[in-house]
Amino acid sequence: MQNKNNKMKLLVPLVSVFFGLLIGGIIMLVSGYRPIEAYAALFEGMVGGPYYIGETVRQMSPLILSGLAVAFAFRTGLFNIGVEGQLLVGWLAAVYVGVFVDAPAIVHIPLAILAAGVAGALWGAVPGILKARFKVHEVITTIMMNYIALYSTNEIIRNYMLAPGERTENVKETASLASPFLQSITEYSTLHYGIIVALIAAVIMWFLLWRTTMGYELRAVGFNQHASQYAGINVSKNIVLSMAISGAFAGIAGSMEGLGTYQYMTINAAFTGVGFDGIAVALLGANSAIGVVLAAALFGGLKIGALNMQSIAGVPTELVGVVIALIIFFVACSYIVHWLMNRVSKGGKI
Amino acid sequence: MKKKLGLVVTAMLTAGTILAGCGNSDDGKSSGGDAKKDFKVAMVTDTGGVDDKSFNQSAWEGLTKFGKDNSLEEGKGYKYLQSTAQSDYKPNLNSLIRQKYDLVFGIGFLMGTDVETVAKQQPDAKLAIVDMVVKGDNVANITFSEHEGSFLVGLIAGMQTTSNKVGFVGGVNSELIKKFENGFKAGVKTANPDAEILVQYAEDFNKAEKGQQIANTFYEQGADIIYHAAGGTGMGVFTEAKNRKKNGEDVWVIGVDRDQHEEGMPENVTLTSMVKRVDQAVYEVSEQTAAGKFPGGKIVEFGLKQDGVGIAPTQENVKEDALKSVEDFKKKIIAGEVKVPKTDAEFEEFVKNLK
Repeated sequence: MQNKNNKMKLLVPLVSVFFGLLIGGIIMLVSGYRPIEAYAALFEGMVGGPYYIGETVRQMSPLILSGLAVAFAFRTGLFNIGVEGQLLVGWLAAVYVGVFVDAPAIVHIPLAILAAGVAGALWGAVPGILKARFKVHEVITTIMMNYIALYSTNEIIRNYMLAPGERTENVKETASLASPFLQSITEYSTLHYGIIVALIAAVIMWFLLWRTTMGYELRAVGFNQHASQYAGINVSKNIVLSMAISGAFAGIAGSMEGLGTYQYMTINAAFTGVGFDGIAVALLGANSAIGVVLAAALFGGLKIGALNMQSIAGVPTELVGVVIALIIFFVACSYIVHWLMNRVSKGGKI
Repeated sequence: MKKKLGLVVTAMLTAGTILAGCGNSDDGKSSGGDAKKDFKVAMVTDTGGVDDKSFNQSAWEGLTKFGKDNSLEEGKGYKYLQSTAQSDYKPNLNSLIRQKYDLVFGIGFLMGTDVETVAKQQPDAKLAIVDMVVKGDNVANITFSEHEGSFLVGLIAGMQTTSNKVGFVGGVNSELIKKFENGFKAGVKTANPDAEILVQYAEDFNKAEKGQQIANTFYEQGADIIYHAAGGTGMGVFTEAKNRKKNGEDVWVIGVDRDQHEEGMPENVTLTSMVKRVDQAVYEVSEQTAAGKFPGGKIVEFGLKQDGVGIAPTQENVKEDALKSVEDFKKKIIAGEVKVPKTDAEFEEFVKNLK
């Protein structure tokens, strides 16, 4: 029984990815593109040389963190749809510290990342408090908070930090995660040290959830709020805590963009999408730390590979969005399959 | 147990991707020789996409014309890459350089920093950036005198408004779009000192519904002509104007970047357009580069004098006397007798001198 469950856990994402690519290929065929050539280009663009690997890893870092944010909240039974907004405030906080604070790199970088984490945590805690105190559904508040974050950060940049080109100044060298060394070994990709931060965060999430009392309580609340309350766990405190930690991960995802990829923050015309992709990453990664890292690698690679697919095979990048959507669709479907199989086997036993 | 399974997943995924990656290598290594036949040129669109009916599309039209004139093959000799996010700019630019394109255009000022960085990292590549000036000897900077062209359409608006109220919808409040705004306002005030000008920025180049909302407000407030410098957002201005024209209201839109006559059909709401010949600029810089005269490190300015900006060739809705006045001022601007304001401060100055 246990074995079968684990097999399913492995099968579900693999089958989903396979079907996602398969149906994506059929769509290409129908629209008059050559799927084999396109997928060859896609995979080459993911890992076909140091440059592409560098870009894929760079794209992974914020996805890991936004995936962790969604997964962490989900473990406590909360849907954090506000990762996007928490990411934006984190991005702004990191860039603010990066631009206006003077410190040696060893202090400056952690300080900027910390600022991002705190900003994200505060932004995430607000819906947490609303949920805990007033039972306001977190999906609604987090979505609203996304818009508040988008327009507030834009307004702050426009009024206080504007540089030519619709953006802020670059962060100081001492706050930058960019690495000429990493860039040179990957033929000038935009790879930066952020991946290390992301992987550390994944380990922290695993440790928090599975090796601490706090994590035990958080998970217990996720399983059953009423039982937890009965067992003497402070449910409200755990809801706020979970949202704050989730928001901190999201905020740090923003610092990846601010200190690593871009070195500045732009006035964003629309959401970055990284936060929403985090939902997909967490879903495919089954809300586990290692799963999130793997799913982020896949989605990050797909997104980068899509550019090459466009460039070599002429297939529009939007198609990769379709493939990702299909993968998610199948993951969601297999949850139903999973659930059905569980029901059937339970029914057989009793 | 769970961990082990996770590892298996990684192993399978990575194996799959690595194996698939082996099969392909970059094709066509032909390095750009002197002959024009071997010349390869490409462009990277900004997030507006190649079919934005405006800026990017115009650049692509120019590139297509260049390709056809030199019998290059689309996709091999000339092509475009679209960007869906800002983080795509650098990979797209790099990708084209890695495919040995002799000249790579970055379309739009949003790409400025990326073009600058890539140019530094790839000193052998030749790049060009539209609407921005960046550092680097291997970057050609293409700029336009949008304020001059906007001044001309401002004249027309000032002369043809019947409500004495006109509107300006900007994309994102920035130095560049301010040039459009101030040039336009100066034109309106020159032709019609009593006219009132409503100004609003959508803070987005790609949200038609926002453009429609603003247009709705402006027309409601009594404006009868709206000039938009807002890329895809401007499409909403057209939608609103068309709806109103259908209901018998006499409203107009002034298009931007390309001749947007088509966008105003079938209700025919396009009064005229301020064309910014991005196509011309892209064509010319490509030609210069193909001939071995790449204007690297220079600023190539396209103004009224160079025919880089002006009013659209479709002029059926513009009155005779307005056209005449446009011709007059065109000469004056080229001769330097009229200096069109670019910034808010210059505009204040300009209005003071009018009185």
